[in-house]
Amino acid sequence: MATTGVETASQVARETGKTLSPRKSQLTRGRVRAAWLFLTPMLIVVAMVAGWPLARTIWFSFTDANLSDLGAAQFIGLENYLTYVDGEWYGVLADGEWWNAVWNTLKFSVISVTLETVLGLIVALVLNASFRGRSLVRAAVLIPWAIPTIVSAKMWGWMLHDQFGILNHIMLGIGLISTPLAWTASPDLALTAVILVDVWKTTPFMALLILAALQMLPTDCYEAARVDGIHPVKVFFKVTLPLIKPALMVAVIFRLLDALRIFDLIYVLTSNSKDTMSMSVYARQQLVDFQAVGYGSAASTLLFLTVALCTVLYITFGRVRFDGR
Amino acid sequence: MKRLFSQLGFYLLVAAIVLYAVFPFYYAIVTSFKTGPELFSVDYFPLSWNWGNYVSVFREQSFAHNILNSVLVSFAVVAVSLFLGVTAAFALGRVQFRGRGLLLLTVLGVSMFPQVAVLSGMFELIRGLNLYNNLLGLVISYLIFTLPFTVWVLTTFMRDLPKELEEAAIMDGASPWDIIVKVFMPLMWPALVTTGLLAFIAAWNEFLFALTFTLTNEQRTVPVAIALISGASQYELPWGNIMAASVIVTLPVVALVLIFQRRIVSGLTAGAVKG
Repeated sequence: MATTGVETASQVARETGKTLSPRKSQLTRGRVRAAWLFLTPMLIVVAMVAGWPLARTIWFSFTDANLSDLGAAQFIGLENYLTYVDGEWYGVLADGEWWNAVWNTLKFSVISVTLETVLGLIVALVLNASFRGRSLVRAAVLIPWAIPTIVSAKMWGWMLHDQFGILNHIMLGIGLISTPLAWTASPDLALTAVILVDVWKTTPFMALLILAALQMLPTDCYEAARVDGIHPVKVFFKVTLPLIKPALMVAVIFRLLDALRIFDLIYVLTSNSKDTMSMSVYARQQLVDFQAVGYGSAASTLLFLTVALCTVLYITFGRVRFDGR
Repeated sequence: MKRLFSQLGFYLLVAAIVLYAVFPFYYAIVTSFKTGPELFSVDYFPLSWNWGNYVSVFREQSFAHNILNSVLVSFAVVAVSLFLGVTAAFALGRVQFRGRGLLLLTVLGVSMFPQVAVLSGMFELIRGLNLYNNLLGLVISYLIFTLPFTVWVLTTFMRDLPKELEEAAIMDGASPWDIIVKVFMPLMWPALVTTGLLAFIAAWNEFLFALTFTLTNEQRTVPVAIALISGASQYELPWGNIMAASVIVTLPVVALVLIFQRRIVSGLTAGAVKG
């Protein structure tokens, strides 16, 4: 009975579909028109707040624009990037401080994302196990993510304070160090301090993404592994890790893109110190503090190109589904 | 016995994770109740409930004004992003048309923009619109990161809604606008709450634009105000005040996150992993 019912229904659908096809295409056309109508406001706003400012920034990077009078900008070609005058190279690409900022940013990004991935994996595995009070622990883990970056920078700035900070107090107490460390001021430690705070702040994000991937894993491979008596550590490396690898890759690249543009944490924790200056901090310092909009825009554009390159890699290797299906 | 040890080890690990996550904020709360010389000794528990820092934050600075600014800007950003996001998500999630893939790609690309990359162009735009040192300027500039994200997440939610509802509505002669408002909106509430919350947090926490596009303390948002709290000299930061201000702005966000934690987790994963 049921099968015949389905057959009749599909037959009817086929027939009506045939007779209704001109009307349906009209309907489709109407829907496509409506879709564009609904998209227009969003597209206008995106063009206004993203497309236009980006285009203007790239344009400024080829000019000698100054913050006090942007209108007077003159086209000067590639001079902001690289130029050779009287036997000396000038421009962002010849600036040691810029390369120092690039190096800081890369070092910061790679180290903190690696640590976040490892810690996030551990936290996610713990949260994936069932134990009493799991939802409370998950809530606690979310707290660092919810705290504004500026607040975490200030909070940790106080905890890392060289004279009254609790971290020095603890480390002195257990005999790990003999004299207090100047975490945010000393050239050797400042970047470590920034990484420490960033890892604390973003590990929850990583852990949640990994947890979501863990919860989608099929249970049958684990049963098979248990029946065969395979050690849990081996199961983790041979089963779990390969299965969550795609999700892990996407999360890592997502975080990496975020880390490359770091600004607020560094700006507040160590201000304009050369030891921690990131590409974003460098660009803003040129743009706002030194009012050199042209030069700063060149640095911004280089940062944009770096991130764009990584985005392309993300899209290619992350296998993002754009078609919406 | 071995089982007991591994159990114990596991719970120790759980305790370490919780301590690591919660302690810094807890310590900020403890510090916020200390004044004067008390600040210079390390204490793990509050010695007294001294509200002095909380009072002085509001008395010495225009902190109440800063909070109002942050609230106004964040709500406006959320409202505009959600309105534009829902209509765009309907088009991108429910209608098949040429160029849709490219549009989604553009939206994703914009969400990856480093804010600094548009800073000088945005500065010119804000000044051109005469919105420098104006909250409206912040609302406009914040759309660059809230809008792509809202569109992206709402599109993933929208395309998973059942097709039959929409077909039934079309049969009844409903226009696309009716379909959005009367059919999808009631179903979209959870998604709207999630994306709205994430956009709110992003706007509430934003620093670079707020720092660059405002000039006077009356127009500043809370993160900038906290970052710029200064004492008598550069080396004498009023840590008690800073911690009190930090606790004030963080508590509402933490409360929101704890109340809506499931929704936030699903929104974050929809934005990143599913994307």
